[in-house]
Amino acid sequence: MLEVTELACLRGDRMLFADVALTVRPGELVRIAGPNGVGKTSLLRLLCGLGMPEHGQVSWKGARIDRAREAFHRDTLYLGHAAALNDLLSPLENLRFAAACHGLSADVGQSELALERIGLGPQRDLPAKVLSQGQRRRVGLARLYLSENVPLWILDEPFTALDVTAVRDLAEWLDAHCARGGMVVMTTHQDVPFATPMRTVDLAESAC
Amino acid sequence: MLSVFLEVLRRDLLLAWRNRADVLVTLSFFTIVACLFPFGVGAEPNLLRTIAPGVLWVAALLATLLSLHRVFSQDHTDGVLEQLLLSPEPPVLWVLAKVLAHWLTTAVPLVIAAPALALLFDMTQSATGVLILSLLLGTPILSLLGGVGAALTLGLRGGGMLLALLVLPLFVPILIFGAGAVDAYLSGTGANAHLMLLGGGSLAALALAPWACAAALRIAVE
Repeated sequence: MLEVTELACLRGDRMLFADVALTVRPGELVRIAGPNGVGKTSLLRLLCGLGMPEHGQVSWKGARIDRAREAFHRDTLYLGHAAALNDLLSPLENLRFAAACHGLSADVGQSELALERIGLGPQRDLPAKVLSQGQRRRVGLARLYLSENVPLWILDEPFTALDVTAVRDLAEWLDAHCARGGMVVMTTHQDVPFATPMRTVDLAESAC
Repeated sequence: MLSVFLEVLRRDLLLAWRNRADVLVTLSFFTIVACLFPFGVGAEPNLLRTIAPGVLWVAALLATLLSLHRVFSQDHTDGVLEQLLLSPEPPVLWVLAKVLAHWLTTAVPLVIAAPALALLFDMTQSATGVLILSLLLGTPILSLLGGVGAALTLGLRGGGMLLALLVLPLFVPILIFGAGAVDAYLSGTGANAHLMLLGGGSLAALALAPWACAAALRIAVE
C-alpha cells in the first residue's frame, strides 16, 4: 500500500501543490489528472523517490520511502518522460540492461518475448537511433512485461505516441496487473478504456 | 549486488567500443598537446628531457578533462541516470563502474601511448618506466575526482568550462607528485615516496569520491 500524506512540492520558488493526500491499495488504478504545468510529473517523481518533497511524506508498506529506499525501489517501476534508451544500443540490449539494473531476472528469451509482446520483435537488434518515437516509447514499456512481480507501477504518460492497437494492448496489460493485485499510478490526457474502475485524483484542486 | 556493477561496466565499455571515435579524439589530443611543446621551446635535447615528465602529465590531465563530461551527460539526457538511481542497489556500485569504465577507456590508452611520446622527448627507458608507473597510480584519482566534478556540473549551461575550473585546481597535487616522481628518480633520491603518495591518493579517492558522486547525481536529477 502506498500512502501519501500532506505532500507539498516546491519548484524553484513557486509552490506547485500542497496538502496532497493519496492512498493506493492493491488492485487499484489511479490516474493523476490536471492541466499542463500543475505538477503531475513532479508528483510522480516524488512518489517514486526521485525528488525530495518540501513537506509531507510518502510511505510504502508503512515505512517512509527515504528510510527504506532499497525495499521500496525493489517494489517500484517508474517510466518517465524520457524513454531511458541509449541510441547506440539495440532495444534488446537496452531492455536487458534496464531489467538487470532493477534486479529483475530476465534472460535473452524472456526479453525477446517482452519485445515481441510490445510489437518490437523485428526491430530488437537494430540500434535504437533508427526507431520512431512510438517504437522508442515501446522499448521502455516492454519492461512492464518483465515486471509482473513488481507491485507498484508509476507511469508518466505511458500512452503518448502509441498507436490505437498498442494503447488497447497496454490498457489490457495494466488491467491484468491490477487484477493480479498490483497498483498503477499514472498520468494521461487520453481517454483509455480500462476494465478496472479508475480513480481520478485532480491535482488542480491542490494547486497553489 | 555485484551484477549491477558488472552490467554497468559491460554496457559502458560496449558503448565506448561503439563510439570508438571519442576514445581516439582523447588520445589524439594527448599526442598533439605533447608534440606542440618541442615546437614551442625548441629542440634542445637536455631541455626536452627535463620538461618531458611535466609536459606528458599536463597533456594527460587535459586529455582526461576533455573526456570527463562523457561520464554522465548522455545518460542524464536519455533518462538512464534516473533509472539507475531507482535501482534497488546502492548507487555507489554503478557510479564506481562508470568511473572505472572511464578510466579504462581514457587513462589506459594514454598510458599505452606515453612510451612513444617519451621517446620523442628522449627520455631514458628507466625514466619512462617511472613515468608509466606514476600515470597508472595517479590517473585513477583524475577519473574519480573528475567524476565528482562531472556529476556536480551535470545539466548546467556552460558546464564544460565550469568543470575545468572546478577540477583543474584539484588536479594540481597529482601533477606535482606525478611529474615529481620522474624528477626524483632522475635526481637519484628515488621515486618511492612520490609513487606511494599517488597510490595512497588513489585509494583515498576510491573510498570517498563514489559517495560524493552519487550524492551529486541525486541532486542533479532532482
